[in-house]
Amino acid sequence: MSEKKTNRRDFLFTATYAVGAVGVGATVWPMIDQMNPDASVKALASTEVDVSSLTPGKTITVLWRGKPVFIRRRTEDEIADARSVKLDDLKDPEKDEDRAKNPEWLVMLGVCTHLGCVPLNDKGDYNGWFCPCHGSHYDTSGRIRKGPAPTNMEVPKYEFVNANTIKIG
Amino acid sequence: MSDHEYTPKSKAGKWFNDRLPLLTLANHLTDYPTPKNLNYWWTFGGILTFCLITQIVTGLTLAMHYIAHADMAFESVEHIMRDVNYGWLIRYIHANGASMFFLAVYIHIFRSLFYGSYKAPREIIWIIGIIIYLLMMAAAFMGYVLPWGQMSFWGATVITNLFSAIPLVGEGIVTWLWGGYSVDNPTLTRFFTLHYLIPFLILGLVVLHIWALHVPGNNNPVGIDVKKPSKDTVPFHPYIVIKDGFALLMFMIVFAFFVFYTPNILGHADNYIEADPLVTPAHIVPEWYLLPFYAILRSVPDKLLGVIAMLSAILILAALPWLDTSKIRSAVFRPLYKQFYWILVADVLILGYVGAMPAEGLYLLVARVATAYYFLHFLVILPVLGLKEKTLPIPLSITEPILGGTANLATARNKESSIK
Repeated sequence: MSEKKTNRRDFLFTATYAVGAVGVGATVWPMIDQMNPDASVKALASTEVDVSSLTPGKTITVLWRGKPVFIRRRTEDEIADARSVKLDDLKDPEKDEDRAKNPEWLVMLGVCTHLGCVPLNDKGDYNGWFCPCHGSHYDTSGRIRKGPAPTNMEVPKYEFVNANTIKIG
Repeated sequence: MSDHEYTPKSKAGKWFNDRLPLLTLANHLTDYPTPKNLNYWWTFGGILTFCLITQIVTGLTLAMHYIAHADMAFESVEHIMRDVNYGWLIRYIHANGASMFFLAVYIHIFRSLFYGSYKAPREIIWIIGIIIYLLMMAAAFMGYVLPWGQMSFWGATVITNLFSAIPLVGEGIVTWLWGGYSVDNPTLTRFFTLHYLIPFLILGLVVLHIWALHVPGNNNPVGIDVKKPSKDTVPFHPYIVIKDGFALLMFMIVFAFFVFYTPNILGHADNYIEADPLVTPAHIVPEWYLLPFYAILRSVPDKLLGVIAMLSAILILAALPWLDTSKIRSAVFRPLYKQFYWILVADVLILGYVGAMPAEGLYLLVARVATAYYFLHFLVILPVLGLKEKTLPIPLSITEPILGGTANLATARNKESSIK
């Protein structure tokens, strides 16, 4: 008992535990992974939206992957507002030029980055969006300016298929 | 655990008991020596058992009519309310039953806090209790999602998003919890499964909770160890059974009042609007029993820290037996602790109130002060108080102050040090 020497039996124990652990892991993983998004959920990856009816200053909300997406045709004032902000004043510094390649169109997930509520349009201290749940204020570029949300509203991958149609995803 | 060996009287009973000692267990439960000074605050354990059974029975019957699908859940709940025979009654009992369950569990927890029931040698009972409480919150939250109303959907969105605060893996965990990119049908079906499972886990833990209780026996309002069985104890049956039964009847009157007269007062009107992923209700509030923790979450301006604060507020309770350094259990003999106890009660009620109010202006300020005080109570006041407080002399036995005149100060002090 007092002397610890590795022998054949110790090796067998270790090898058995190791194989057992791999077996348990291989069995448990499918049980965990079945909860991840399935093939049918992943298949709904892109949505095309007709934006011809939007006049400047109007926003539409469309559903993409079960989440709301804001598409806003911004006014000149809003663009100027968004582009004049100094990056130092931002909690999550990001240039408006990077968020809206075509300055007139702002496309982003209408999901508050705090806890996932849908912010309200044309509200809040920065004339952008305001989340009613826990009071996050976003500016006209959808960037977080005040409140508990940690980051700007996310800009999804999108492209103009033609002048009137945006493809999200 | 009874001091005497039990032998069934009948031959058949003895034959059975030798093979499976169920009769010994039944005998232990009826004879179980209980401190004779237990007051009505001690009847909530029985009441909670009743609540659990009520939720399981009504839940099983509801599950026979409910359909866990995003397109049909809301309608199937209306179907239960309008078409199913007595469906309205069963659902109202189940929905209000959750509130009654929490009402009882809060009284039960605050009973423990007042009389120091969490202290040695009852730490394991206490920690199992905290786990049951956590499971209750999980079950209640997931149950609230099932009707698939606006509050269901957005409550689910906000609560699952708490996990996104975890650095690096947070977003992945949330997607995994949802089974998609938002709360949707896969979320609903798994919540239904877990909502169905958790009560049975709680049932198992309740057995452990009572088992652990029956090792040292009940604490009591005086908070001293009692000799069992002795002049200080009475058998569980019939004394405690009758007292518990009477308290349960009183509790059921309150329960029935909610079910029959104001069945929706504890719910939120918005949950009678079907879930809409495009519109968040103007003011999201959780059910009343989660409000104090919700207030703590919102009082911290940082996402991750807010989530950590909220979780710590619950988990700190598990460390309570070690945070409270006082060897005296009952607040009856702790004049200072008694005052801090009531301040804590007020603090939690205030947190609950501001949790229901919008998180701005004065409400936010009050929530922050109350949150700070909550942690101060557990992390600073309790440890220091146990070392500094001048406690009152504790009696030698439950009967002593009544039959043996006033407690002898010197012997009480000896007793106090021997508890260590």
